[in-house]
Amino acid sequence: MLTTMARPGAFMRWSRSLLPPLCLLTAALAGWGLYLALMVAPPDYQQGETVRIMFVHVPAAWLAMSFYMLMAASALGTLIWRHPMADVSQKAAAPIGAAFALICLVTGSLWGKPMWGTYWVWDARLTSMLILFLIYLGILALWRTIEDPATGARAVSILTLVGAVNIPIIKFSVDWWFTLHQGASVLRLSGPTIHPSILQPLLVMAVAFTCFGFVLHLLGMRTEVLRRRVRRLALLEAERLDRASVPNLSPYAASA
Amino acid sequence: MTAFLALVRRDLALASRVGGSGGLGLVFFLMVVTLIPFALGPDLNLLSRIGPAILWIAALLSTLVGLDRLFQADEEDGSLDLLRFSAAPLEVLVLAKVVAHWLVTGLPLALAAPLFGLLLAMSPEAMATSSLALLVGTPALTCLGAVGAALTATLRRGGLILAVLVLPLTVPVLIFGVAAADPSREAARPALLALVGLTLGAAVIGTFAAAAALRPAE
Repeated sequence: MLTTMARPGAFMRWSRSLLPPLCLLTAALAGWGLYLALMVAPPDYQQGETVRIMFVHVPAAWLAMSFYMLMAASALGTLIWRHPMADVSQKAAAPIGAAFALICLVTGSLWGKPMWGTYWVWDARLTSMLILFLIYLGILALWRTIEDPATGARAVSILTLVGAVNIPIIKFSVDWWFTLHQGASVLRLSGPTIHPSILQPLLVMAVAFTCFGFVLHLLGMRTEVLRRRVRRLALLEAERLDRASVPNLSPYAASA
Repeated sequence: MTAFLALVRRDLALASRVGGSGGLGLVFFLMVVTLIPFALGPDLNLLSRIGPAILWIAALLSTLVGLDRLFQADEEDGSLDLLRFSAAPLEVLVLAKVVAHWLVTGLPLALAAPLFGLLLAMSPEAMATSSLALLVGTPALTCLGAVGAALTATLRRGGLILAVLVLPLTVPVLIFGVAAADPSREAARPALLALVGLTLGAAVIGTFAAAAALRPAE
């Protein structure tokens, strides 16, 4: 089933029919989430209204990490099965993940100014996210420098997997280095430490962000498939013109 | 094993005859160590406190300098194709090239670190621990750098992108390296052990990933 769905032609068909409802769902969830976050959720007794930045900040951070995992999974698809759609998925995921990481950093520093009195502190979580962003930039740079899509996908997937092995190590070493940011407060064995009135909008926003990420990823993949078709057609056209201009030298001319 | 030793010997001979790798890396190391006090001011107390950090940054930069030529030179003169089709596994050959590169760049840095520590007014213990930490940690930098070098071997202008790819991955080495170099911290010993672990891990990941990047796509 999955292999049928992953054929480029089939992918273009099902993604085209899936996109409109997914867009509607994203818009509805985002509307509901924003209503809950901006109207319903009470201001924090200590942080006041600024706590609402969290409803953008935290989902962006989750998605920045999830997109890296998606990229690493696609990288395995590229290296093991040599599947062209894995290349496409990898390539489409990189700028989206980088954008979410940037959103997380920017909203975080805007939140840090009123709370910690400074836009940036060299705290473990901030620093890890910054390094994740830098790794994303490296991956984007590598995609841009290698012209041939298949060679590029191979190179990038090796880099992505080396990064995937390194990210936990970076995370733990940075934690060991210094920590000031509050610890994990939603996903904990002893249950979340956040009050339900804030947790509910946060979760709705997280689901909305995830749907949004899916929409962007599907759109990015569709664009990449079309871009590859254009590239292939341009190459074929160049070949045809080349053959037409020097008929006597071409090996195909004799048989024609 | 013969192929491994032959390749190490060849790369060492190339480095010593062509010039510009071992000695020049050391000069660059000295240059960075000299420039930082100009930026910070000649306060000896401050310099002796951040001395290990300066040595590590300098080591990181000078490891990076020659790295883009690690596989590129072989790619250009065709010897990389011979290595690819040799009977010895590519991973072993990559390890040989990494070892040779480290002997030319990392080892001199670690040995010269006490000398440069004098310029930074570091205490004798700090010089010894810095030298030890560099000796243990710089192989990790070379191994991680080899991945970047292999990925950018065929690119015309690989130097800058190599730095962008490799530097984020070197953060743990830098953190534990500086911590292990500071004798006044009680965490220096566990940090040194963590550094050993990072080096061993990087040796495995680096050689396999670099070999995968160099292997021709069928």
